[in-house]
This record gives sequence, structure tokens and C-alpha cells, in this order.
Amino acid sequence: MMLSVEHLNAFYGGSQALREVSLAVGAGEVLCLFGRNGAGKSTTLKAVMGLVQAGGSVRLAGRELSALAAHEVARLGIGYVPQGRRLFAELTVAENLEIGLMARRAPGRSSPDSAQIKADVLALFPPLAPRLGQPSGTLSGGEQQMLAMARALCLEPSVLLLDEPTEGLMPSMIATIREVITELRARGVAILLVEQRVEAVLPVADRVAFIENGRIREVVGVEQLRAAPQLWQRYVGVGAED
Amino acid sequence: MNFAPFLFLASLEGLVQAAVLCLTAVGLSLVFGVMRVVNVAHGEFFMLGAVLAWWLASLTPGHAAFGFALALVIAPALVGAVALAADRLILKRLDYRPEATIVATIGLLYVIQQTALLTFGPDARPVEAPFYFRVQFPWFGYSGHKLLVVAAAAAVLLAAWYVIAKTRIGLVMRATRFDRDTARAFGINVHRVYAAVFAVGAMFAAVGAVLVVPVRQAHYLMGLDPLLLSFIVVIIGGLGSIRGTVVAAILIGFSDGLISVFFSPTLAKMASTLLVALVLVFKPQGLFAVQSR
Ligand SMILES: Nc1ncnc2c1ncn2[C@@H]1O[C@H](COP(=O)(O)OP(=O)(O)OP(=O)(O)O)[C@@H](O)[C@H]1O
Ligand SMILES: [Mg+2]
Repeated sequence: MMLSVEHLNAFYGGSQALREVSLAVGAGEVLCLFGRNGAGKSTTLKAVMGLVQAGGSVRLAGRELSALAAHEVARLGIGYVPQGRRLFAELTVAENLEIGLMARRAPGRSSPDSAQIKADVLALFPPLAPRLGQPSGTLSGGEQQMLAMARALCLEPSVLLLDEPTEGLMPSMIATIREVITELRARGVAILLVEQRVEAVLPVADRVAFIENGRIREVVGVEQLRAAPQLWQRYVGVGAED
Repeated sequence: MNFAPFLFLASLEGLVQAAVLCLTAVGLSLVFGVMRVVNVAHGEFFMLGAVLAWWLASLTPGHAAFGFALALVIAPALVGAVALAADRLILKRLDYRPEATIVATIGLLYVIQQTALLTFGPDARPVEAPFYFRVQFPWFGYSGHKLLVVAAAAAVLLAAWYVIAKTRIGLVMRATRFDRDTARAFGINVHRVYAAVFAVGAMFAAVGAVLVVPVRQAHYLMGLDPLLLSFIVVIIGGLGSIRGTVVAAILIGFSDGLISVFFSPTLAKMASTLLVALVLVFKPQGLFAVQSR
């Protein structure tokens, strides 16, 4: 497995946000993590990145990451698209991409062709190309999400962590994001995708994990899931009250 | 009586004040902006720069310019090293928590001040100006050294602007300032950035001190004034805004020079303090507010 997470436990002060979370994502696979607000989805991604302290094990292609600082995790090739995008709003589009490219130039990885990477990334998100000199805070919501993904892709990640990339976006934009995910999957990136909008991403998912109160309750293939729609109701609450 | 020469002289004095204040305040502003650390010991880095300049100059035989040039390079480097040690040994261990670092830098203030007292003694120490060249204006001659102070400060600030705005190092600093966690998630070693910024911030104060010490003398208690004025300037300019800091430093330094020449230095300090109070009441975020997460 490209990314494997075992027995993660994380705490905020005295309250436990993750309980024995275990997940694995293979190269070219999309694993969707679903759950209600506050279930621990974002915390799982932050724990993988090393942004929150967590007990347990995180491995990237077999290499143990749990003792590393966040910046070291990123340099090994884990791309992170945080919830709410968290662009460097004062920095221009080009500068945001440059931050990603700098992480790619880390020692220990093959030396990159930055211009080529940037061109490839912009080819995935054509609307960004004419906006390179613009402060990223002035982009539209959809463009900001594209930039957040583009910034992460600049470090040519072997694992991509996406935290609610469709949050607040129009349907046409969601379709664009979905296409990019499909393309990345085809390129062999291991993708851990956090979502609340089931219908938006189900078409690109290979497997689905449900998290509740910081605990992984169920991991099923997409086919199985289609046959058992009551799982949605139980863990995400779609259907009756929505 | 002709008024113009007085005004001109007062402007020159104001310019010198503003130049030194710019350097000192930009150091404080940089540290606050990037690290969110209120460095109460900042004035002591200024004092340390001046005292070390005296010490280095007194060790150097020959023309005063040699001693001064040596001090201009070595004193800021030594001050930077002290700041680096303070970062590693104190601030980093406190995880840069804002409240904790205020208390810790108050402690650092006294440690540096008393160490300077014990090592260099309580006397004010003069440092000879590197040269006695006077620039002749129509009405009076003016210290060439003071004009050098202004030029050197401008050069340092210009270089700082270039690094921050145009280089990768500056990009890393700006990203860290804006959002430390996201910076970490993109491969930026935030603790290393902090260490560098804290050292550079202290070095700004030290450079300012070395530049003015030939006209002010070095003394172990001299850190208080630059600390207060820097705080005033940083608050007026907008916390963490370098541009605002420079504008406010010029404003305060200049008005301080003018009022000091025409009225009294005490009145000048009162005016600056009043200005801070007004800014805090009417525009609490300062003249140039900056955004961050
Ligand atoms: N910085 C924090 N300090 C304290 N508690 C936190 C912090 N961040 C998250 N939590 C708590 O941890 C739990 C898990 O939060 P997390 O952000 O992982 O949820 P989530 O599944 O991503 O929710 P959402 O769908 O709202 O994004 C929640 O109960 C939340 O209140
Ligand atoms: Mg979340």
C-alpha cells in the first residue's frame, strides 16, 4: 500500500478525536472518508501530515513517518489540500505554486524540472494560467480550490490528501474537480478524499470508509455500498432528514 | 532671524532619528509579524550592539574608521548569535506561545542588561566617529557621519525589502507569517524560519545602534528608549506591517527631531505617545493593517 495508517489515536486536550484509526490506500486508488461534522475526518488527514500529534503508525510506501515533522512529511511527497483551502491569500497565484515547487526540491527525491511541473499542473487547471500574477485571495471560490489542488500537485505527490474539495462549489466546478481526481488516479496517485457530499465523489471512489466519533466503522467497496444504501443513513445521515 | 536654517537643521536631525528608528522598529516588526512574538528584549539587542561596538572599536588600533567598520560587521553578527541562542534555548522551548514569550523576553531583557553592566561597567562609553568630514550647507556645516547613518539605514532597508519581496527566502517568510500550519504542510521548516527571523530582527537593532553610537555613546541602560519608540512605531504602523513600520518610523522620527529642536525632547516624546493613544482609539489595527489567518 502506498499509504497505510494504523492505530492512530489523537487528542485535543483531554478529548479524544481519533480512536485506533486504521486505513490503507494503494497507488492509483481513491479512498473516500465519509462522516458527520466533527467525526474526525480532518483530524485524520492532519495526523497523517504530522500537523497534529498522534500515536500509532503512518507509513508511506513502507517508510515510517510518525516521528517526522510536518515539513518533512510534505517533502517526502504527501500533498495536502486542507479544508477551507488555506491559500496564502496575500501571495500571488504563482507564489502559491512556488511554495509547492520548493517542497518538491527537497533532498532525497529526484531533482525536478520545475517549469515542466508547473506547466503540467496548469494544464489540469487552465483557468489559473492567466491569473498567475494575481493575489490568490482575489480568486473566485472555484479558482481558489483549483489553486489549492494545484499547489499540492506541484510537489508531485505520491499521496494526495483532499479535505472536502467540493465544499461550497457550483456543480460545474465539482465536475472539474472530479475529472482531475480521475486523471490523478490514472497517473497512480494514492488519494485519500474526505467528503460530505456523497453524490459528488462517489463516481470516482474505489472504496469508502465511514468514520464516526473518531472511529472507523466500516470500509466497503463502492459496489458493496450501492447494494447497502442504509450505510449512508447510519453514518452520514443522508436520506430521511436531508 | 532667519527661520529656514533652523527648519533645515531640525529636518536633518529628524532624518537621522527616523533612519535609526526605522532599522530598530523594522526588526521588532519582523519578529512580531512572522513569529507573533512580542520581543520585550529588543532594545537590549540595540544596547548590546552599541556596547559591543565600543568594545570592538577600543580593541582596534589605528584610524577610528577601522574600528567602526569592524564594529559594523562584527557587533551585529555577535548580537545575531545571542538572539539565535535565545531562540533555541528559550523561545523554541516555549513553543513560541505569545504570553509565555512576553514573560521570557522580559527576563531576557534583564539578563542582557545586567550582563552588560557586569562586563562593561556603568559608564557611558564614547565611540569615535569614523571620520570628521563635514558637509557644508549654506548656513552651517553638518556631520558627515550623520548623513552616512541615513544612507546606510536606507541601504539596509532597501536590501531587506528586496529579500522579502523578491527572493525565495522572503517568500518562505511571507508564507510562514501568513499561515504557519499550512507553511509546515508545504515543506517549510517553520522553526528554522523563526530562528533566522529572530536573529535578523536583533541584527537590525544592532546595526542601528552601531551606526548611531558615535553620536550617542554606549551605555547599559540605553535600550529603553529604542524599545519604547519601536513599540510606538510598530503600533502606529500596524502590527506586523513592514511598510507601515517604515512610514510610522519616518513620521515619528521626523516629528521627534523637529519638536526636539524647536521645543524640547520631552515634548517630542509626549507628542509621540499621544499619537499612539489616538491611533489606538481611532484605528486600533494601525495605519497599515495586515491580514493573516
Ligand atoms: N484545534 C482543535 N481543538 C480542539 N478540538 C478540536 C480541534 N479541531 C477539531 N477538534 C474537535 O475534534 C473533533 C474532530 O474534528 P475534525 O475537524 O477532525 O472533524 P471533521 O470530521 O473534519 O468535521 P467537519 O466535517 O466539520 O470538517 C471535533 O469534535 C472537533 O470539535
Ligand atoms: Mg473537517
